[in-house]
Amino acid sequence: MAETARGMLGASCAWLRAASPVARIAPRLRPRIGVALVTIGALLFPVISRNDANIDSAANALAFAALALGLNIVVGFAGLLDLGYAAFFAIGAYTYGAFASYQIEPAWSGFWEPFQWLGLVAHTGDVVHFTVSFWLMLPISAAVAAFFGVLFGAPTLRLKGDYLAIVTLGFGEIVPIVARNTPSVTNGAMGLNGVAAPQLFGWSFGIDATPYYYVGVALVALLIFTSTRLKSSRIGRAWMAIREDEIAAAAMGINRVKFKLLAFAIGAAFAGATGTYFVAKLQTATPEMFMFPVSVMILVMIVFGGIGSVWGVVLGAMILQILQSWFLEDLSQWLHWLGRLIHVGWLQQVELSSSIEMIFGVILVTMMLYRRQGLIPATRPVQALSMTEQTAHVGSGGSSHNFDRLTGLGALDREAEGPLLAVTDMTVRFGGLVALRSVELTVP
Amino acid sequence: MIGPNGSGKSTLFNAITGLVTPESGEVRFAGESIARLPPHRVLDRGMARTFQNLRLFPGLTVLENVMIGRHARLSTGAVGALLRLPGSQREEEEAREHCREILAIFGNRLIPRADHVVSSLSYANRRRVEIARALASSPKLLLLDEPTAGMNPAETQELASQIKGLNQLGLAIVLIEHKLDVVVRLADKVVVLDHGEKIAEGTPDAVRRDEEVMRAYLGRSAAIA
Repeated sequence: MAETARGMLGASCAWLRAASPVARIAPRLRPRIGVALVTIGALLFPVISRNDANIDSAANALAFAALALGLNIVVGFAGLLDLGYAAFFAIGAYTYGAFASYQIEPAWSGFWEPFQWLGLVAHTGDVVHFTVSFWLMLPISAAVAAFFGVLFGAPTLRLKGDYLAIVTLGFGEIVPIVARNTPSVTNGAMGLNGVAAPQLFGWSFGIDATPYYYVGVALVALLIFTSTRLKSSRIGRAWMAIREDEIAAAAMGINRVKFKLLAFAIGAAFAGATGTYFVAKLQTATPEMFMFPVSVMILVMIVFGGIGSVWGVVLGAMILQILQSWFLEDLSQWLHWLGRLIHVGWLQQVELSSSIEMIFGVILVTMMLYRRQGLIPATRPVQALSMTEQTAHVGSGGSSHNFDRLTGLGALDREAEGPLLAVTDMTVRFGGLVALRSVELTVP
Repeated sequence: MIGPNGSGKSTLFNAITGLVTPESGEVRFAGESIARLPPHRVLDRGMARTFQNLRLFPGLTVLENVMIGRHARLSTGAVGALLRLPGSQREEEEAREHCREILAIFGNRLIPRADHVVSSLSYANRRRVEIARALASSPKLLLLDEPTAGMNPAETQELASQIKGLNQLGLAIVLIEHKLDVVVRLADKVVVLDHGEKIAEGTPDAVRRDEEVMRAYLGRSAAIA
């Protein structure tokens, strides 16, 4: 009975799948159409919404999507657990902040004249202040953050797992503390003031959320593009090999030092550019914006979305950020309204946004229990072999096969004289144990 | 290369390929010293290996695993990957073709499973993937650490003939093996290790009659009897 029911269910599912409009699109076109729909939706959103607060929430969510993409390179691709990722966000933010605000004001002198002519500085009275363009600072901040990524990454190269996490946690704590205690550059806990808004052809973005939203869309699109291209390349494969088995990766010719540092640098560059975007949008920066909870939140976003999955982490970041800044407030309003309707006092005072950490925790536990691979898993299941494929005759392969590319294999083309491999007097000790004693081995 | 368990066979492989730093000793490969080079440089010189207890990348597909073996022979950098420059694209395409051809060495054992995650494969197939991964780097010398472990007699014979075939193509192979029929069939020269020391070297027949070897394998009394 149950068998029949399951069979019928399976059949109807198959029928539904076949009848749905998606099934009529060629499988190769489906991802492209999906991307096109998401792009159109993202571009039309401000036109449809017309609510500045919502557009502002979406622009913030895009910043976090960009951060999640960057952390995904380090944690998702290369498998290096980084608990201090917000440090690079801070470095990017303060790099722009310092060069586009009234914070650093050296005395005016002839030295600054060429810079003034280039538009990088302006002078009011006898002091200089920096007015470097936002568009120029985006790549510069990314490069500065990448430099610090390599700097922080280098001492952690020999560490993995828990130890790596603790050291990165340390760096994540150091950067905001340095920012707080360097008031000459960062204005300390008071926060930078007067960070310039971006300008495009002489038109300042000001405080309207819509232009920032579009910059955010462009930034996230660029980072998605970068992530997907890298993931499917030689570099992405090397990162995943290091993630899966570091020793084997090294034995297969992957330079661990180089590729780990590359992951740190690219991940940090993403955060640096995002920091610039975020500060330009907020027009201030305080050390509190980059503390440990931010690093954890980005990590939660990528775990929620699907660690290692480019579209997954974007979705995870957008959902959690919009939940926090937009949906929870609406939900609180509805609960207040419901409380008034049914005369329940406590329901009228519920503030869901203030218990966001608890809600994140519940989401995370639920995900770990029921969908550990995240919303959009990084790997998709491959269809099992059919019965005929499984029982197909096993060809003998081997030398009977006609190889046309395997030439160059082997030692026949070598020029050097002498044996191919000569091991002499090899002794290996593990503590007191002599594993090998003066072993000789020659391969002609 | 044969020897009882714990006699140092795998340690010797590790020391040659740079995974273990030897206390003393010299390794010369094709006339150049490779002692104390990091493992990735050793592979770059043309020496590839497999591991006794399988070190594949379990979350990746068969083809991806083999493509990683090709890593050292490719040169695409971040910019090439990002912009998909014509050169990088051609290189990627050629690498994929090359890897598919290596999978074909094992008949149709691996070809239909090229897009399957390695962790879903049978033990024998994982051993084949590891050999394919090592072959993808176009090595001059291949170090195989018990390639037939966990295979049934038929699969063992099949793999033995494939290894023989690779050898006939010109590839030098150092093989650690416990199954003596495979050793006798494949080896030109046998080296016997015991307690970290080389106790015998020679043709399979000569080694089989060696008293030291019998003692190492069967114990003192058996050798005397």
